[in-house]
Amino acid sequence: MAAEKMSIAKALNESLRKALETDPKVLIMGEDVGKLGGVFRITDGLQKDFGEGRVIDTPLAESGIVGTAIGLALRGYRPVVEIQFDGFVFPAYDQIVTQLAKMHARALGKIKMPVVIRIPYGGGIGAVEHHSESPEALFAHVAGLKVVSPSNASDAYWMMQQAVQSDDPIIFFEPKRRYWDKGELDTESIPGPLHKAAVAREGSDLTLVAYGPMVKVCLEAAAAAQEEGKSVEVLDLRSMSPIDFDAVQTSVEKTGRLVVVHEAPVFYGSGAEIAARITERCFYHLEAPVLRVGGYHAPYPPARLEDEYLPGLDRVLDAVDRSLAY
Amino acid sequence: MTVESTAARKPRRSSKRTSAAKTPAKTPENSGPQLVQLLTPEGERVEHPDFEIDLSAEELRGLYRDMVLTRRFDAEATALQRQGELGLWASLLGQEAAQIGSGRALRDDDYVFPTYREHGVAWCRGVDPTNLLGMFRGVNHGGWDPNTNNFHLYTIVIGSQTLHATGYAMGVAKDGADSAVIAYFGDGASSQGDVAEAFTFSAVYNAPVVFFCQNNQWAISEPTEKQTRVPLYQRAQGFGFPGVRVDGNDVLACLAVTRSALERARRGEGPTLVEAFTYRMGAHTTSDDPTKYRADEERAAWEAKDPILRLRTYLEKQELADAAFFTALEEESESLGKRVREAVRAMPDPDRLAIFDHAYADGNPLVDEERAQFAAYQASFAEEGN
Ligand SMILES: Cc1ncc(C[n+]2csc(CCOP(=O)(O)OP(=O)(O)O)c2C)c(N)n1
Repeated sequence: MAAEKMSIAKALNESLRKALETDPKVLIMGEDVGKLGGVFRITDGLQKDFGEGRVIDTPLAESGIVGTAIGLALRGYRPVVEIQFDGFVFPAYDQIVTQLAKMHARALGKIKMPVVIRIPYGGGIGAVEHHSESPEALFAHVAGLKVVSPSNASDAYWMMQQAVQSDDPIIFFEPKRRYWDKGELDTESIPGPLHKAAVAREGSDLTLVAYGPMVKVCLEAAAAAQEEGKSVEVLDLRSMSPIDFDAVQTSVEKTGRLVVVHEAPVFYGSGAEIAARITERCFYHLEAPVLRVGGYHAPYPPARLEDEYLPGLDRVLDAVDRSLAY
Repeated sequence: MTVESTAARKPRRSSKRTSAAKTPAKTPENSGPQLVQLLTPEGERVEHPDFEIDLSAEELRGLYRDMVLTRRFDAEATALQRQGELGLWASLLGQEAAQIGSGRALRDDDYVFPTYREHGVAWCRGVDPTNLLGMFRGVNHGGWDPNTNNFHLYTIVIGSQTLHATGYAMGVAKDGADSAVIAYFGDGASSQGDVAEAFTFSAVYNAPVVFFCQNNQWAISEPTEKQTRVPLYQRAQGFGFPGVRVDGNDVLACLAVTRSALERARRGEGPTLVEAFTYRMGAHTTSDDPTKYRADEERAAWEAKDPILRLRTYLEKQELADAAFFTALEEESESLGKRVREAVRAMPDPDRLAIFDHAYADGNPLVDEERAQFAAYQASFAEEGN
């Protein structure tokens, strides 16, 4: 397949299909992933083509899904499990944190945990409670896990391929409000490494760092800033653990200014980690303190207020202005 | 041998192990000899040795009225979702008897822990139906005071509330009160660890709680066979308390069985699991497309067991209700629909600053700071005149 335009959802579907085709040890597991193809249809058609033994509808038990995936991995399988929505990962959090993350280290490296946990995450779709959360920092904080989030179709496809091939457990956050955004996908081009950040737009006055759903907002903000004569660089982090600090440093050394943007609450969020590290690494290059834009220290609000809660173009541009004003 | 016990047989060691055999759709007729039924789908009264019930004509009409109004409310909410007034709706269509029967078995001082679909139970508790719509419209995450009607907030994370109900019941017992507690959940939720833990705690502490599982045959696209290979009510036995399977489309049986389980709890004899064997006639929610996984014939088979129709047949045959009753109810139903429609359309969006309300009971300086920044930021737009 050559370059083609497709949605993030479709790219993920194609990627999972390829993973099932390539490696008979790959399994898909989760609630409603079979006949229904998942509530977001990411696994659409896979059970039909690969059977119920490879694409497995599980009982409604998240701890069970992850716990048995660990056992299957011990037996040589490579499970890719779906947690239906971000807010439902917590029954499995115990298995992920106390078992999945530590297994490799406890066995002194003798066993591998090639488990991918796919989680549609983030807000902006007008959903009810527990369907719009951004818990990435809770996972990034745990040693032994790797945490990634694609922002476009090409990354969705390739990062999933790389995640499935990884021998470490990967928490794969899918930006659910971007599922239907289309982008160019070349299934033959060789991608960069899974944890490398990408410059999504070049600029010289300020760096915006984002990942997943906020990359699009930052690109729009950069375009709007351009009209006011400001040159804003956008860095798509792609991986929240590990973080490609070298890429952030390179950008900040060029621009002298950094604003980190994410949907998750700012307090103890990934922005805090980035701000601290970059302040250490780039203290003499910074023209302004590192600023953060994100959610508030309040429960994710009901749908009618989520536009106020989620960082939008205005809040990002406001932070850009504040940074440039120093 | 019942369908379930066949399914429970150990699978043979063959390459076909993982491809689950197609199980025929289960209907009350083939759902096991243990099914408690007091009113047949044809509207005939039948007796059950363990569960007697003697209701006056007025009480029977009351149950009918509850079911009709609940269905009407539910239909109105579904329509409102289609019109864009609600973001989502979880319909209870087909589950009216399970909810009204169990709901009407409760005493005022009992406490209810619902899922997100217990609109009929809410109705029995006297919760204004328009209160249920706030979270589906996206203006709040609950919107009622649980202690006003002893009806807890809807719980979306499946199974969680069964532990809350158990703990509440443990408190009731500690207080020496004779109230009972009821926890609702689905057949899918029965797979959650929380539900197993609730069973364990309630049995160990002899908590006065009734677990009311509405087995509506589906958990989104997954049939009950994807959750269990034994009939759900039989699970209770392994935890040390009784389980009963009741015809969930029979309001009289649901009332009698729940009442008996609640009385048992009040007497200090501990928990009971009630499995109401019923059917979700609509989609899982308005976001779901059941045609992807479910055959039309299955729904048709269950339509013949409609809980409302069978009670109507009984009322008419026994001349317990006259035409005037049905006409008046039709009018009441219309006006309920109108009231719900108007109330939803008039429901205001919350104030922006409400994001920060109630994050903490004792306040928090970080929240105060963020609220002030947010307010100042919002005000800056007003100053610019947009
Ligand atoms: C912990 C958790 N996992 C997944 C979901 C998503 N989800 C919502 S309802 C549902 C199916 C529930 O089925 P069941 O328990 O049978 O109840 P029903 O909706 O059929 O009444 C699922 C998977 C959830 N709400 N909570």
